[in-house]
Amino acid sequence: MFAEILPLLSKALGETIYMVVVSMAIATAIGLPLGVLLHTTAKGQILENVAINQTVGSVVNAVRSIPFIILMVAIIPLTRFIVGSAIGTTAAIVPLVIASIPFIGRQVETSLKEVPSGLVEAAQAMGATPFQIISKVLLPEAMPGIVSQLTTVIIALVGESAMAGAIGGGGLGDLAIRYGYQRFRPEVMIATVVVLIVLVQAVQFAGNTLAKRLDKR
Amino acid sequence: MIKLSGIEKIYDSPSGKVHALKGIDLDIARGEIYGIIGLSGAGKSTLVRCINMLERPTAGKVIVDGQDMMTLTESQLRQARKSIGMIFQHFNLLSSATVYDNIAFPLKLSGMGAADIDKKVRPLLELVGLEDKANQYPSQLSGGQKQRVGIARALANDPKVLLCDEATSALDPQTTKSILALIKDINQKLALTVVVITHEMQVIKDICDKVAVISDGVIAERGSVLDVFTNPQHRITKEFISVLLSNDLPAAFRGNEISQDKTPGSFLLLRLIFLGDRADDPVLAKMIRNCAGLECTMLFGNLDEIHGVPFGRFIIGLSGADDAINNALNFLGGEDVRVEVIGYVRRNPAAVE
Repeated sequence: MFAEILPLLSKALGETIYMVVVSMAIATAIGLPLGVLLHTTAKGQILENVAINQTVGSVVNAVRSIPFIILMVAIIPLTRFIVGSAIGTTAAIVPLVIASIPFIGRQVETSLKEVPSGLVEAAQAMGATPFQIISKVLLPEAMPGIVSQLTTVIIALVGESAMAGAIGGGGLGDLAIRYGYQRFRPEVMIATVVVLIVLVQAVQFAGNTLAKRLDKR
Repeated sequence: MIKLSGIEKIYDSPSGKVHALKGIDLDIARGEIYGIIGLSGAGKSTLVRCINMLERPTAGKVIVDGQDMMTLTESQLRQARKSIGMIFQHFNLLSSATVYDNIAFPLKLSGMGAADIDKKVRPLLELVGLEDKANQYPSQLSGGQKQRVGIARALANDPKVLLCDEATSALDPQTTKSILALIKDINQKLALTVVVITHEMQVIKDICDKVAVISDGVIAERGSVLDVFTNPQHRITKEFISVLLSNDLPAAFRGNEISQDKTPGSFLLLRLIFLGDRADDPVLAKMIRNCAGLECTMLFGNLDEIHGVPFGRFIIGLSGADDAINNALNFLGGEDVRVEVIGYVRRNPAAVE
């Protein structure tokens, strides 16, 4: 029996990892600059611009207030436009990315806020440009916090990817629903949950270790 | 080197407009160590930030090394700031960078290559005595060592001016001494103009040539440190100095009524200030010899020096016949000593043997 579940599990795990890794990479590439924008345009910051800050902030809040399951269904036309299909592992990446971008933006913003303002002032006193302040002061100083926050995002993505899987995206969620639930095979359900637990633990451990290594405070 | 004229700074705060600086004029000569002292909230930190435009004055003119800072474009200002080093109360070092990289930071901002950076950073590490800490992170250093890194970093671009914003306020007295000695040392070695912001008179006394006392957004008093110390005019200056130089009466007299008229059993208390070469003249001995019938009690004495100039402060109590006391006052009036008559005070009964 175990021999029968194993290939199913490993295929599903591969799909989950694929969805999470690709979504995370794309969402971080957009969410990180978004977080920088949210922080640096806020009042009293180096690129203060209340109009931009409030507009972007409202959009971020709006997207974040949509539950993932609804967002996923609501953007099916967009998904179909980008991927060519609304079903499948790759199609699941579109809603995962869209849900994660504002999440990452806020998390990065929170980490950047914790950089003491004196450091920015010191860099300004040394004649640093705003870009240099971002790349050489804010991001390196906030990096341990950003890594911790991104770890949280990855774990949230594992959960969301399971939801995406349930509507035809593949991955561990799909396996648990189709075999474990619909075919009344509790052993598949349990095996899936165990794999998910191990996966989340591993991600958290790796994130903590990296954050700790980066933190020189 | 630095010329501030008519500096005004008005902030908008939730509780209305705050007038932080109300027309400050200040002239700081090349190579000078200029102290600015004030209580917290007096505007001194805002004032020092006006010099490198971290705070833009609402009105007034800021000239640093012949350059009108108010009219510079953003990129010209960044360039100008490279010749104005600054150190801070809380050091503001990058926690994610080593000592070496913190010192190299301003050079990296200028796009200098690694080899050239190394040529600049090594001597700076040596100057501040941290050669063996190059690869440590700020969290592994003591407060004094962190400020040494701050100083080395501030000097990396070969600035003409060094701004010190409460640079020793977070340090213990011994470490303060060594950091002040380092600042004095680089001031002399590099002919650097230094502006020192502090709330501690000891800092002013230890290293400054000149001092401005700032209170409520205006300069209450200014002058050479020696003049201000020996002859303070403004109430706030006297308060700052009294922290270092107590003005209290000796315990045996404290709390008793001070009268301008002689009362039975009272002493006429005088505060004497000797300055310069005369500080060790035998003035008191001469006074006693010249005034028959005068009793003189030494109640308090302190000899100090400011920039190598001896500076003595004494409180003496005179008693005896009126003639003798008047003679003594006349005699002291003719000597090179500053006399302040406190008044007639009775000794506490408990203190009488």
